[in-house]
Amino acid sequence: MGGRFTSPTALADALAATAAGHRPVAGGTDLVVGTRQGKWSLPEDLVALDRIEELRGIEETSGGLRIGATTSHADLAGHPAIRKRWTAIADAASIVGSPATRHIGTLGGNLANASPAAETSGPLLCFDAQVEVRSTAGSRRIALADLFNGPGRTTVRSDELIVAVELSELAGVGSSYVRLEFRRQMEIAVVGATAVVSLDGAIVIDARIAITALAPTVRRVAVAEFALVGTDGGPDAAAEAGRLAAEAATPISDVRASLEYRRAMAAVVVRRAVTGAIARARGETIPIPASASLFGAR
Amino acid sequence: MRYLVTLQVNRTSYPVELEVGRTLLSVLRGELGLTGSKEGCDDSECGACMVLIDGRPVNSCSYLALQAAGRQITTVEGLASGTKLHPLQQAFLEHGAVQCGFCTPGMLISATALLAANPDPTEDEIRAGLSGNLCRCTGYVGIVAAVRSAAAELANAD
Ligand SMILES: Cc1cc2nc3c(=O)[nH]c(=O)nc-3n(C[C@H](O)[C@H](O)[C@H](O)COP(=O)(O)OP(=O)(O)OC[C@H]3O[C@@H](n4cnc5c(N)ncnc54)[C@H](O)[C@@H]3O)c2cc1C
Ligand code: FES
Ligand code: FES
Repeated sequence: MGGRFTSPTALADALAATAAGHRPVAGGTDLVVGTRQGKWSLPEDLVALDRIEELRGIEETSGGLRIGATTSHADLAGHPAIRKRWTAIADAASIVGSPATRHIGTLGGNLANASPAAETSGPLLCFDAQVEVRSTAGSRRIALADLFNGPGRTTVRSDELIVAVELSELAGVGSSYVRLEFRRQMEIAVVGATAVVSLDGAIVIDARIAITALAPTVRRVAVAEFALVGTDGGPDAAAEAGRLAAEAATPISDVRASLEYRRAMAAVVVRRAVTGAIARARGETIPIPASASLFGAR
Repeated sequence: MRYLVTLQVNRTSYPVELEVGRTLLSVLRGELGLTGSKEGCDDSECGACMVLIDGRPVNSCSYLALQAAGRQITTVEGLASGTKLHPLQQAFLEHGAVQCGFCTPGMLISATALLAANPDPTEDEIRAGLSGNLCRCTGYVGIVAAVRSAAAELANAD
């Protein structure tokens, strides 16, 4: 029976394997679980990334953060700098699946899988994440917005690996990620929203808003961002941003929700995400995960 | 291709020959005879197959056995010391946390991971810690009570 497997400790060996046609497996919580669900069969040849030390971990750099591709959701959710300064990422990572999913599932896998409902994508888009991908031929940096190419599709070539995600520091911002969920845990976002805002006194001077499970890829919504800038970010402004984002959304109907319900709920989650981000920018405490803290928030 | 590797389960080394697609659960049950871990859904929904790998909970039904090679694997068989039950096992018995018992090995493993990370969890934290484990019998109330009581027991023992 075919099927080759390699589990290197050096990144160079992993890149040689992808160049030779091996598919990467990190936690396997998408790749292997999908085979158990009968969605696809396991790729013939695999290279496991979990023993490569240099791919894992979160490093504070002079300008921000560098997060290794195999960093787990649990490590993202627990990291003090992420919780304090890139809070929406912690909101997102802390509600992925169950404790087991969060310990085994990785950031690189979440991005490479490119689900329109992926939890970490919205916060990372709003924080202008740059993705470093590498092959035996060298490395290149891709803005996260240019990585997603449709549901389940990315611009990462099959011989390349995502090695890290880089974030620059945005001074004085407040952020939050909120998803609509039918249950608290083991859920996939029905719809989700991220907001990242900066204030000058009481006025919003910068706003980034992304929508999740509301378009073929997770994406930002410029009309809602423009509308929020210059306002006080209060209930009316948050509701207006929600209304505009819902209008711009292009959701689908599936087993979890109809298109109409998703669009209606888009307005609600965007409003909550904006409310949470504004409150955090003002220094108020909204416990992580914001989804649970802002449930029912007007 | 088949690969000869060593699985370290409950501090015992087992040499095994594996194909790439073998899941850890199928090896534990089928090759090593460790049938404590159960197969419920076989796709990461129910938690009946939960084991610890290097102390972290993993759905073994959906994890490649080759990725677990050389790491410390703990199954429910590894919780008791000889004939003395682990405080969590004892508490499950005392609080009616077991009916048919199918979810119990996975519940015990998730609870072990939870208490290692958070020795004094609130009820909400216990429910979140066990959120990857489904029980169709007990209604969970006894399970939550058992975890709480084992936490107190373990705190007193220290
Ligand atoms: C029960 C359960 C609940 C879940 N809940 C959520 C949820 O709430 N939110 C959510 O967003 N996701 C959820 N997921 C999906 C999944 O856990 C995440 O997407 C996770 O981050 C995937 O990471 P992984 O390391 O397991 O990926 P893998 O399965 O190992 O890989 C996924 C894909 O990415 C590729 N890949 C992996 N690493 C790299 C790399 N470094 N470079 C290039 N390609 C790479 C693989 O080849 C594969 O195609 C859930 C999954 C399960 C089983
Ligand atoms: S059998 Fe593994 S999660 Fe159900
Ligand atoms: S005791 Fe029967 S499934 Fe939990």
